[in-house]
Amino acid sequence: MTLILDRVSVRQRGEIWLDDIRLETGTGLTTLIGPLNSGKTTLMRVVAGLQPPDSGRVLVAGKDVTSISVRNRSIAFVYQRFINYPSLTIYENIASPLRLDGRFRGPAIDRRVREVAELMGLAGLLDRRPAELSGGQQQRTAIARALARPVDVLLLDEPLANLDFKLREQLRADLKARFADAPGVVLYSTADPAEALTFAAPTVVLGEGRVLETGDVAAMYARPPTLAVAATLSDPPLNLLPGVVREGRSAEGGVLLGIRPHQVTLAPRGPGAVELPAEIRLAEVTGSATFLHLLLRGERHLVAHLPGTWRFQPGEATRAYVDPAHVLVFDEGGDRLPLSGAEVDLHG
Amino acid sequence: MARTTGGRLPWARTVFWLYVATLMLPLLWMFGMSIRPNEDILGSFSLIPQRVTFENYQTFFGDPSWYSSYLNSIVYTSMNAVMSLVVALPAAYAFSRFRFAGDKHLFFWLLTNRMAPPAVFLLPFFQIYQAVGLFDTHLGVAVAHMLFNVPLAVWILEGFMSGIPREIDETAAVDGYSLPRFFVRIFLPLIRSAIGVTLFFCFMFSWVELLIARTITSVDAKPIAATMTRTVSAAGVDWGLLAAAGVLTIVPGAVVIWFVRNYIAKGFALGRV
Repeated sequence: MTLILDRVSVRQRGEIWLDDIRLETGTGLTTLIGPLNSGKTTLMRVVAGLQPPDSGRVLVAGKDVTSISVRNRSIAFVYQRFINYPSLTIYENIASPLRLDGRFRGPAIDRRVREVAELMGLAGLLDRRPAELSGGQQQRTAIARALARPVDVLLLDEPLANLDFKLREQLRADLKARFADAPGVVLYSTADPAEALTFAAPTVVLGEGRVLETGDVAAMYARPPTLAVAATLSDPPLNLLPGVVREGRSAEGGVLLGIRPHQVTLAPRGPGAVELPAEIRLAEVTGSATFLHLLLRGERHLVAHLPGTWRFQPGEATRAYVDPAHVLVFDEGGDRLPLSGAEVDLHG
Repeated sequence: MARTTGGRLPWARTVFWLYVATLMLPLLWMFGMSIRPNEDILGSFSLIPQRVTFENYQTFFGDPSWYSSYLNSIVYTSMNAVMSLVVALPAAYAFSRFRFAGDKHLFFWLLTNRMAPPAVFLLPFFQIYQAVGLFDTHLGVAVAHMLFNVPLAVWILEGFMSGIPREIDETAAVDGYSLPRFFVRIFLPLIRSAIGVTLFFCFMFSWVELLIARTITSVDAKPIAATMTRTVSAAGVDWGLLAAAGVLTIVPGAVVIWFVRNYIAKGFALGRV
């Protein structure tokens, strides 16, 4: 099974929502990651047929489905909001796409509903109605309904974003297993880098309605081609400091240094570590980690993500260390340069 | 509710019952009149009747000119409620879900139909109905009342429908539901309370409307309220019979309220009304 988006563009009220999207994915999971308003939802709606593209085509298994109505496509869709049929029981909610599918009849429907309900941990709740379930259970129901019928394209639009932390972790692990045996294309959108990295599936990075990069998410994380990709895949956000390339290197002029907060330490980690005198501004303790907000010379801000709980006095002077090997160097246009942090001087 | 407020404010309960009594007095008085002979009505002044008789009700149900106009009102009112709903449901769905050229103007124009006094429509209705043969028919009155009930129904239903996430419609399409099937199986159960409230309002407005109903009918579809205005005979006004008819006209409204009582409160809370 393949899903191809061929030069798809969507404009709404004079704004470009999707700009000339070209994308090709195969059977199994593909992660779609991008910040807010990057076009994830619009792209999914175009694939589902809920949003007609202004130009371009959508091909499923080599067939142009652009003009085929939603109900005649072989798709399933899970929203970020928990969407179920409120007047139907959980059983009927899950059975609903099966009852409309000619391939399933009587006992086969019942068997499939119970199977999927078992998988999603809903077996004891089949007689309830959606309003009687918790948010996590409601979203499990929506996912179960999407998984019940074998479809060409299964779309999940930030399905875990509205769930609380614990449920999200648990469902994320469950889903990875569920997607492994999906018969068709699974397109999963998220804004959370942790989710994309956990799934470790082929990943598409979206930004401002364009495909910024496609490929292996771990490789993209380690060597992001552009600042936008690096920023999308970094949580907590990337520290950015201005710098200048040292004389005699392959590039020259002003650059931006991207430093991930967990690469900033308060003690040198290796012999090459660069020392940065700093003043402590604020320490946020989350329980398992401390986010230390530092002020460098020249009014530059730097956030350090330190494991464990630490106590600091605001205003205290300290020294931050960064291993230049882990510093990402971008030119002013946002493209990553093949330089190490050792070849760059901090500006100011 | 009366108990909790009564607990905090000692006189709240008194005020409540005083209010209820004030509201109920005319109704009780009418009921009292309906179960006593005319001489007692005119001769004495008391809430409790000395001689109880059901003669007035017997007269009402024994005289076709009375009970048939009562039935007329029930027939055209029910027809109107159902027809208004059938027309308003798809219209409200379109207004709540689709954007089309002039949708806002059309919606407002619908409401303006309620702004004109019914008397304005009397003459055109009278003449058109004479010409097309709708004069003095139940269908005719029901259609005429749709003029102001359909906009109301569209307005109530649209408010409710807009409160239902559009994603439910989309999910149904993704699942493979056709629009009519989705509408009946998924959507209608979600707006049950709206339908209850709408039916109630249509029924009520049609039931109390007198001017149009009286003008476009003569005998076969004559409403009960019109019959009640013609009780002055050579023997004077038949107070008892009139009171009995009045009591009976309250009954259908009370019955309708009883059926939708659970939806009304829920409906008012959910919708925009």
